[in-house]
Amino acid sequence: MTGYLTAIFLMTIITLFTRAAPFLFFAKRQVPPLLVYLQRYVPPVVMCLLVLASYKDIAFSRAPYGLPALLGGLCTALLHLWKRNVLLSIAGGTALFMVLTRLL
Amino acid sequence: MKSFAAALRASLPVLLGYSTIGLAFGLVLTGAGLPWILSPLMAVSIYAGAAQFMGVGLLASGASLFDIGLLTLLMNARHAVYGLSMLERFRGSGLRKLYLIFGLTDETYGLLTTVQVPAQLAEQAGGVHSFYTWLTLLNQSYWVAGCTLGAIIGQLLPFDTTGLDFALTALFIVLLMEQIRSVRRFEPYLFAVIAAVFAFLAADSRDFLLIALLVAIGLLSLFRTRLEDKSVSSSKPDKIPGGNKL
Repeated sequence: MTGYLTAIFLMTIITLFTRAAPFLFFAKRQVPPLLVYLQRYVPPVVMCLLVLASYKDIAFSRAPYGLPALLGGLCTALLHLWKRNVLLSIAGGTALFMVLTRLL
Repeated sequence: MKSFAAALRASLPVLLGYSTIGLAFGLVLTGAGLPWILSPLMAVSIYAGAAQFMGVGLLASGASLFDIGLLTLLMNARHAVYGLSMLERFRGSGLRKLYLIFGLTDETYGLLTTVQVPAQLAEQAGGVHSFYTWLTLLNQSYWVAGCTLGAIIGQLLPFDTTGLDFALTALFIVLLMEQIRSVRRFEPYLFAVIAAVFAFLAADSRDFLLIALLVAIGLLSLFRTRLEDKSVSSSKPDKIPGGNKL
């Protein structure tokens, strides 16, 4: 339990830091141009990396060849293109993944 | 109390989203075998949907504090972007500013930047900030309620949650698609893929994200002139249409 609490405390501090950083550092100062540039392009990079990281440890060479994760992800993406409802996209893809891991 | 009533009305779209995603979070947390009380605790203290989902995976797998800290930083770095565009709006809000900053989630940011402050409140001294504070507080209360309820249900009615953690991957996919919608350049995604391949081949699996991120930031810095040159909307602050994120 102490381990959990330490980790949650750490996550709280870091999350608060990410939200407070602009107010701490740039309330009176101009934001450096490189930072303005990076703050725009780092979020798409991070999201892309997080998706790739979710898939990197899947064993694609043996049954079920990563099919649940691939189809579950595809289902999420298609649902999101169609309705753009975060909840529906996540629930649909996850449900398909859960069904496929039990069937395949 | 006028500002409370106005904030309540404005926050209703978030009520549905936060309570259901919070419910799912509580179920995932108890499904992963963690004590249910951690769910409301995380909702009160961390208050970041995507990072909380990720945190459950990390806590359950016994990840190191370094990994937990780094991933939280990566996941929430986007919030720093929101703060940059709220510097002016929060100016002069006094002590309330501390809570406004703490509660600056994707949804709250989306709401604060799109909602019309009622004219009566806008004229009143401190009216706008009072409205903002209620809005932030209401949003968090929906989130805490959902997370608590989900964890209690998960504790009382245990069912086979194998695969429910795929919700996190699905969430990343959704967030990526929202990024693709707002950042219409292929380079960042290409850089991310190149960096990921490099990190996959060269680095230990544990350091994958850190190495990949460093390589990608290096590539971004290297091609800055190219990206800034043709970039059309880089001077505009990010807007989240509909505030439809976590």
